[in-house]
Amino acid sequence: MRRTLAAAAVLVGLGAGGAGAQDSVLIADVIELSGGGATVGTNWKNGVDLAASRINAEGGILGRKVVVEHYDTQSNPAVSKAVLQKALDEDPFVVLGPIYSSSTKVNMVVTQRAEVPQIVGSEASDITEQGNPWVFRTSFGQAAGMPKLANYMRDGLGARTVDIVWVNNDFGKGGRDAMVAELEKRGIEVGADLSTEVQQVDFAPDVVQVRNSGADAVFVYLHEEESARFLKELRKQGYERPVIGETTLMNQKVIDLAGEAVEGVRGHVGLSADAPLESVAAMAEAYEKAFGAKTDHNGIKGYIALHIVKEIAERTGGFDRAAFGEALRGATITTADEPGVLMDVTFDEKGDIDRESFLVEVENGQQVITEVLPKLGG
Amino acid sequence: MMLRALLVAAGLAVLVLLPLGLKSYGIYLLSLWALNTVAAMGLNLTVGQAGQVSLAQAAFVAIGAYTAALLAPLGLGFWLALPLAVGVAFAVGLVVGFPALRVQHHHLAFVTLGFNALVILVLRNEEWLTGGTYGISGIERPDILGFSTFGALPFYYLCLGVLGAASLAMWWLLRSPWGRAFAGLRDNPLRAASLGVDVRAYTLLAFAIGSAYGGLSGAFLGPLVEYVDPTPFGLETSLALLLMVVVGGAGSFWGPFLGAALVTLLPEWLRVAEGFYLMLYALLVMVLMILCPSGLMGVLERLAGRLRRAS
Amino acid sequence: MDQFLQLLVAGLATGAVYALAAMGFTLLWQTAGTINFAQGEFVMLPAFLMLGWMSLGGLEPWPAFALTVLCSLLLLGLAFKRALADPLMRHDVLTMVIATIALGLFLKESVKELWSNEAQPFPDLLPVGSLQLGGVVLSLRDIVVFLAAAGLALGLQLFLARTRTGRSMQAVAQNREVARIVGIDVPRMVLLTFLVNALLVSVAALLVTPVYLAKFDLGESLGLMAFIAAIVGGFNQTRGALVGGLLVGLLDNFSAAYLSAAYRNAFPLLLLVVIILLRPQGLLGRAEERQV
Repeated sequence: MRRTLAAAAVLVGLGAGGAGAQDSVLIADVIELSGGGATVGTNWKNGVDLAASRINAEGGILGRKVVVEHYDTQSNPAVSKAVLQKALDEDPFVVLGPIYSSSTKVNMVVTQRAEVPQIVGSEASDITEQGNPWVFRTSFGQAAGMPKLANYMRDGLGARTVDIVWVNNDFGKGGRDAMVAELEKRGIEVGADLSTEVQQVDFAPDVVQVRNSGADAVFVYLHEEESARFLKELRKQGYERPVIGETTLMNQKVIDLAGEAVEGVRGHVGLSADAPLESVAAMAEAYEKAFGAKTDHNGIKGYIALHIVKEIAERTGGFDRAAFGEALRGATITTADEPGVLMDVTFDEKGDIDRESFLVEVENGQQVITEVLPKLGG
Repeated sequence: MMLRALLVAAGLAVLVLLPLGLKSYGIYLLSLWALNTVAAMGLNLTVGQAGQVSLAQAAFVAIGAYTAALLAPLGLGFWLALPLAVGVAFAVGLVVGFPALRVQHHHLAFVTLGFNALVILVLRNEEWLTGGTYGISGIERPDILGFSTFGALPFYYLCLGVLGAASLAMWWLLRSPWGRAFAGLRDNPLRAASLGVDVRAYTLLAFAIGSAYGGLSGAFLGPLVEYVDPTPFGLETSLALLLMVVVGGAGSFWGPFLGAALVTLLPEWLRVAEGFYLMLYALLVMVLMILCPSGLMGVLERLAGRLRRAS
Repeated sequence: MDQFLQLLVAGLATGAVYALAAMGFTLLWQTAGTINFAQGEFVMLPAFLMLGWMSLGGLEPWPAFALTVLCSLLLLGLAFKRALADPLMRHDVLTMVIATIALGLFLKESVKELWSNEAQPFPDLLPVGSLQLGGVVLSLRDIVVFLAAAGLALGLQLFLARTRTGRSMQAVAQNREVARIVGIDVPRMVLLTFLVNALLVSVAALLVTPVYLAKFDLGESLGLMAFIAAIVGGFNQTRGALVGGLLVGLLDNFSAAYLSAAYRNAFPLLLLVVIILLRPQGLLGRAEERQV
């Protein structure tokens, strides 16, 4: 009896699906919709949905309707593997997501085995270092972003010592390790080196240390909400030296949450809803209209990811996964090819992405671009 | 007795045949259920038999998972690392249990909760040993007598085998004089003490054996996911395991099977309710606790009792 | 020295808020025998009630807060007692633990589904800025938070010790039977305890949410710290909860700065373990008479 109950539960759970019909193409989106990554994941999901509705309004991909199924990883690697299995059982053309690097590292092995291309939102350096030909990024890896920032701290700020505040998970640790290496190369010392928790709410002791460290600037590498709390605490304790971040710190969500406290924060943004480009502004506007909230870079990443799928599928003229992977490696997609990629992008052989990026500063609650940095590859 | 044996045989047949009709996700869930049941069964010994609230079972699962994942590649192979993983969990259980069992009930819950949090911090911060937040990837699934358990189905049967062996061992343990002493302990500690049962020694043993079951579950969890990192072993998992025990029916032999099925599979069941499923789930647990704190097995027994009277 | 003073002030401010939650927790345990594992979520909910009154009801912060307190009294005080605590009183502690864990999950998920899974900004009714004190810069906000929380805690202490109602509540906490025999209205005192707890968590929410931000998981670490504070101070003494809260807040801040940021969360837990092993009744507690 008990066992049959359990069995029934499993069978019911598997009842859904079967979207493999000839007139549609299934895209699986395995993404953080709850847990610590819910904020970033929801943005990504909305971006993907927005892209899907646009692509479908214009006739789909090669005449087929795009069907996106979202699967919640709960920000947990083991769950992400489970739901990815589930997604793969439905035979999707491409897998999108996740964003959390730990989940990506579990998942990319599974998609590689199943020979399904996967376009991820993660930034940890080692994802593209493992020779997996099926995994592609939508944003800079940390190895690409940190050198640009370290240059800015040396040349723009003339900093000799920099404090680092980072979140102790693989995202934060990866960023911190990458930054420390870059600072060392440039002869900049690391002052206070503070690890903090995901979902930490009280940053008073961390800020006290940063305040008293005597360093020339502080580099903050936290998730959105923790960034907002940290900045509020900085403001509360009257910190006045430069505050530097990479992408998340100047994020719209942080600006909404921390208000005043974000003023004057500077940093490097790989993708930004405030990029001085018409394409990005139009996408951000459509996003806000559709979801009643402003997008952050993750929303843009999701939006671009699906458009990359469309462009490459059209280049290969079909839905062959091996051909898709082949065509995406080394590909350059310009906005003339496919306006939905928003900015010209180039993929290298490892699956890393290259595009222009920005140095920004927050003024009056807006990201203001202070400098446009060219592609790394020239 | 006859009927019970028939039921067990039928259940076993279902568990063996069911995955043949499932896709890899369903098989993965069933494997997860089997391992969760093993961990919950261990906790059930602590909670149900020894009457102690432990919120650290996930930490013991972590200890098993990490020990096996770290030792297996060092030339030991999985099958030598396995008993070590179980042994380490047992030993740590003894070390933690010894002082912790001086205090009881809600205090023990907090001590074990603290221990769970400490284990997570160590796993995350001692990168030289545990891989830190990056975790350990590429954990291999073991071979049995030259047969690879790499595929979803063979690995499921391995998990089912582990569950079977763990259940038999537990069954034997509870039938043994020791097991009877455990039961006596739960029902009336004062009486047990006056009969010469060393209450502390038995409680400690129950706690350590329960921890070893956690370690056993963990040793196979690593190969199932093919990756370990600290996040899945947090307090939420310890709470979920405790829920499995209590919802199933603390102290009942079949309770963990049912509780683990419910906690592992209910989210699938309630998927129609989408984001609301955890709300529904929490509500169900509260109602169950108010109406029938002896859990689902209690509900089933009541139903069975009513049927018997009716016939 | 600067650093020490700043940490001291920040730690006292954090600790005073822990103390508020811990006192409510302790009162519930003493008077009503209710162990509330959802105490952290009890702090989270009023924050969203207040946001609700402001955004949906269009109210100014202070009137919204007044209505929030009222709602808290009804929901977290009265309804919690009637719907969950009373029926559970018949069962053992384990049942209560599981049920309130489920309640915490229910509150979190409700807020997440019905409001948002993202953090929300929260109005700050307290002064921002800093105070120059002989060369040391201290956060004005921290000082105000500390004074408000500690003031409320001391006020409650006086209420319990000096007023007739307060003393009746304590009598119920100490021995229900005796209290009934000497003519105290026990059910009324128990209800009052639940209401006091609801008030304490509402104030705690008002004090912490502007910096912690309103989010469904706001109460997780706060709840844990409140438990630790309650046990460290003495599970059967409201005074103990006050001392425990301040101690835990200070320990948390000083250990993060001077010992190890990475192991920051471990120190309050270690303190908890040491206290439980060496002095299970807590720093100020009496040895437990009640066998649970």
